Amino acid sequence: MSTEPPSGSRPDAKATATIAALRRLGPYIAPHRVPLVGSGVAALVATLSGLAVPLWTRSIVDGPIAHGDLAGLPWLVLGVLAFGLVEAGLIFLRRLLVARPSNRIEAAMRADLFAHLQRLPVAFHDRWASGQLLSRATSDLTTIRWFVAFSGIFLVVNGVTLLVGIGVLVWLSPWLGLVVAVTAVPLTVLTLTLERRYSREARRAQDQAGDMATIVEESALGIRVLKSLGRGRTLTTRFMAEARALRGTELLKVQLLAVLWAVLILLPEIAIAVILGVGAYGVAQGMLTLGTLVAAVSVLTYLYWPIASIGYLLAEASNAAAATTRYWEVLDVEPTIVDPASPQALATPVRGELVLRDVHFAYPGSDREILRGVDLTIRPGETMALVGATGSGKTTLTALIPRLYDVTGGAVLLDGVDVRDVGLVDLRTAVATAFEDPVLISASVRENVALGVPQATGGSPAGPRIYTDEDVWGALRIASADGFVAALPWGLDTRIGEQGMSLSGGQRQRLALARAVLGRPPVLVLDDPLSALDVHTEAEVEGALRRVLGGVTALVVAHRPSTVQLADRVAMLQDGRITAVGDHSELLATDPAYRALVSSLDDEREEVRS
Amino acid sequence: MTAAETDWRGISGDDEEADVVSTSAGLKLQQRARALVADLVRPHRRPVFWAIVLLVAENAIMLAGPLLVATAIDTGVPAALRGDLGPLAWTIGGYAATGIGTAVLRAAFLALSGRIGQDLLLEVRRRIFAHGQRLSLDFHESYTSGRLISRLTSDLDSLNDLLEKGLDGLLGAVLSLVGISVLLIWLDPVMAAIVLLGFVPLVFLTRWFQRRSRASYRLTRTTVARLIVHFVESMNGIRAVAAFRRERRNEQIMDDLSVAYRDANADAFVTVAWYVGWLRAVGNVTLAVVLLVGGLRVVGGDLELGALTAFLLYLRRFYDPLDDLAQFFNAYQSAAAALEKIASVLDTPAGVPEPTAPVDLPSPVRGRLDFDEVRFAYARAASREILPRFSLHVPAGQTVALVGATGAGKSTLAKLAARFYDPTEGAVRLDGVDLRDVADADLRSTLVMITQEAFLFSGSVADNVAMGRPSASREEVIAAATAVGARGFVEALPDGFDTDVRKRGGRLSAGQRQLVSLARVVLADPAVVLLDEATSSLDVPSERAVQAALETVLAGRTALIIAHRLSTVLIADRVLVMSDGAVVQDGSPDELLAGGGEFADLHAAWRASLA
Repeated sequence: MSTEPPSGSRPDAKATATIAALRRLGPYIAPHRVPLVGSGVAALVATLSGLAVPLWTRSIVDGPIAHGDLAGLPWLVLGVLAFGLVEAGLIFLRRLLVARPSNRIEAAMRADLFAHLQRLPVAFHDRWASGQLLSRATSDLTTIRWFVAFSGIFLVVNGVTLLVGIGVLVWLSPWLGLVVAVTAVPLTVLTLTLERRYSREARRAQDQAGDMATIVEESALGIRVLKSLGRGRTLTTRFMAEARALRGTELLKVQLLAVLWAVLILLPEIAIAVILGVGAYGVAQGMLTLGTLVAAVSVLTYLYWPIASIGYLLAEASNAAAATTRYWEVLDVEPTIVDPASPQALATPVRGELVLRDVHFAYPGSDREILRGVDLTIRPGETMALVGATGSGKTTLTALIPRLYDVTGGAVLLDGVDVRDVGLVDLRTAVATAFEDPVLISASVRENVALGVPQATGGSPAGPRIYTDEDVWGALRIASADGFVAALPWGLDTRIGEQGMSLSGGQRQRLALARAVLGRPPVLVLDDPLSALDVHTEAEVEGALRRVLGGVTALVVAHRPSTVQLADRVAMLQDGRITAVGDHSELLATDPAYRALVSSLDDEREEVRS
Repeated sequence: MTAAETDWRGISGDDEEADVVSTSAGLKLQQRARALVADLVRPHRRPVFWAIVLLVAENAIMLAGPLLVATAIDTGVPAALRGDLGPLAWTIGGYAATGIGTAVLRAAFLALSGRIGQDLLLEVRRRIFAHGQRLSLDFHESYTSGRLISRLTSDLDSLNDLLEKGLDGLLGAVLSLVGISVLLIWLDPVMAAIVLLGFVPLVFLTRWFQRRSRASYRLTRTTVARLIVHFVESMNGIRAVAAFRRERRNEQIMDDLSVAYRDANADAFVTVAWYVGWLRAVGNVTLAVVLLVGGLRVVGGDLELGALTAFLLYLRRFYDPLDDLAQFFNAYQSAAAALEKIASVLDTPAGVPEPTAPVDLPSPVRGRLDFDEVRFAYARAASREILPRFSLHVPAGQTVALVGATGAGKSTLAKLAARFYDPTEGAVRLDGVDLRDVADADLRSTLVMITQEAFLFSGSVADNVAMGRPSASREEVIAAATAVGARGFVEALPDGFDTDVRKRGGRLSAGQRQLVSLARVVLADPAVVLLDEATSSLDVPSERAVQAALETVLAGRTALIIAHRLSTVLIADRVLVMSDGAVVQDGSPDELLAGGGEFADLHAAWRASLA
């Protein structure tokens, strides 16, 4: 598996043939093949019945008009009319048939991509720029939709039309057909060459669009930093550099397309001229009727659009192929953190004994181990504080318990079962985490707190109950968030701005805490849950937490002595190992490193004040 | 929209969605969009003119084609039958020439119009992006990043679609419409009348199509924006999503949004299907009538056979591309809806506007901050007063700590000082100059605010520190990192300062990210520093190191520090205790401790917590 995203510009990396790439759309197209094929057939019949019009015209010109036989004329005209109306009806049908399926395919592909992205481990997301993911889920899928709905079908239909048209010409007069066949050779060669070039640029453009989306995203999410440092202009410059690069590629695409168009116009026009000459000569020699010549030229004119449009249809096919390739690049990444083949059940109720046995961890792509043999046992119902210097790996360690990352060595055991042997849903139902960065979404407070409630599905196997508003309020009370939530204009229904931007840091942190304690999970992982709280609120939340933590196994990352005091025991993480475990006062007395880390009543300040 | 969907999104005061567009609002949107287009095209008048010339020339030459075919048949063939090959050769040569001409002109037109299109796109991108940066935090908080992202990605895609495929098609159709009409009239007015009669239903048809599809496309723009919001937020919050098993729920929400988007698009497609079907029906009926009347007239001797052929060819040429042009029409409608959305962002006033006549700050800046009779309430919730009227004066060089419960208004006060918001009443002054009169660039180089969420941008650690001052040398970046005690961990990273921080600094811990963000301040070297919980995730020794660094590096600078840890507060010259938006205590730490009251209580509680 490669979690490494494709880097910025790699036009030559994969010269995947357009057709091979498009073939991978198969599974998505298959369920809709009836309407899509129907649409293709409708298009084909429509085109062919349109093609018949010149032949009718010939009958009219050579028959009634040439002989002055007015009696036959109305019938023949009625025939033309009938054909024309059938053609119109079929054209309508063609588009109608394709309208729903093409959009369904897009939606299905997006659903799969989204579901897959959610299954992929955090390590994958750390590496892939978000804009690249977004551009795949939106622009690329739109490109594919258009291809399925139009360009793809037209490519087939126009191809068939061309063949039939040439067949008709040959039937009308083999010589005229030969002229067309000869022109077709350079046309094909030139077109394919240009197409190959174009598809490389198409891929590059899509990658560049993804890079641009990344900057766009950062510009919006990092707006506070940009504003406070006054760096809006710096980022705008960077964005414009990307935008200009994209413009360069797009211009190249336009130029290639322009040349393609020229070729596709020029060669057929020359063929018409030659046919006109040869045909006129044939008429002069009496080998052709005038009606046949008129019909031949009409047929060719009829083929004008199918031929000319092939340029842009091929361009669309290239775009779609590049988009498909980009789509599968993500979908082909195997999720590494998945349910075990034969999951072991956790004890019910979960006792909550948490054992870290010789745990090693290094981030993917890095050979430096953050954790180098962590051994730690948290007894059922015990609250363990985890302290360590900034960057010592505390957060990393907490992420191993709900398997946001997997250990690279050793094992994490919950009630004696390796967490990798437990079903993911079971594990993550048993373990709840309050992250230090409270990730909030632009949704109601209720939704933000009850994040994982399988409300609409009527409950998942692991969490069959639906949380009521009382449950949510209960969790908010524990986190001392009930007060400010009640003061919001619509209470639980109030939409919190994205990332809770309009809430204060402490308020957001309390919501994250409420989220973790909702549903009373047997194992709680709290990553510095009180860092943004003021002393008063902290005391309140602590009091509530103390009640919650009774009977729950908890691992609490702490920076402050006050947080440490929530714990029964404290573990000190240093150099990737647990160097000391004990209760707060014990460690304070015996471990100088611990004292240095936790003691805030430092002497220097006392001196300053005295 | 399903009930479940509205339910999870919750209620928001300001109706940000302009998706229920009333007729008058719709007209206004169109006006705005049109004004935007006019404004964008203006600088490109000359190339646009030449592009049109190329297109007209191309169409004119192309139109000559059937005429030459008619001549070849009516004149060339009879002449050839008489043994005179001259006229035939001329007409055929002429036809070949028109082919070459069309091809060359077409390529030239495409290249030129492509360039214009890309230039326009670049300009739109620049405008939205730059304007987005100018818009106030207030705007960003309610607009959400996902919607802004969708403006700059998905909406621009539809604009691109139009420019790439549509414009040429639309212009071409109009031109050939006009050209063919003129030619037909010249060829044979009676027959032309029949064809022109056929245009009448076309006009009505097109009107109907425009009205119908506009609504659909507006809906697609709104729904795709929601979809993007959900996607972006889910991806950014992937840890929480995984840890809280939100995958299923997220998929359902995505399904709902995707279905809304899908159906809106499908509706638009169906509208096009009707349009194109009728278009073709009208065309074919016209053809049959022309054939009937033409045939009768040829038999009657009123019309040449060649002229009839030409007529039929022209009709074909006119109606044939129209079918595929409906696609372009489609692109046009989609782009029009996108433009409306874009225009409404661009028309949003900056909220915290740049002064038109900026006042220079005294040089050197001393850093005195005055809040004069300031009152503040959010514009979107004007009735809820966040900060009742107050005055506050911070002399230059003073370090002020703000203390108080969460939600007491400390951050708001700091944000007013940073001019993230403008006060509802009164004025915030820096060295006596109203912040509203200071040019943004001047203000930002003088005054920097660091919040607890230390956002990292993609790039290396060095790049991120250099956000403080992009012109800084590598040595200065390292020195800044050293000053806040970040150098140690940075150098331990695989590539030191050149290490890619990965998405949002996922590679660094929260504390490390805060150190990077503090290094930015040191590098920025401002006269006024505002720290809002900027050290909340640091362990005690790191925080102490940072404090020491700040004390030395920022000595003599004005500082406003919000911290919940009182150890930080005690280094301040002055402490302000806030409660419910008002300053309730003001004094040096020692005075307040001695005096008893809120701060003394806080301190006692804090000391007890340290034990």
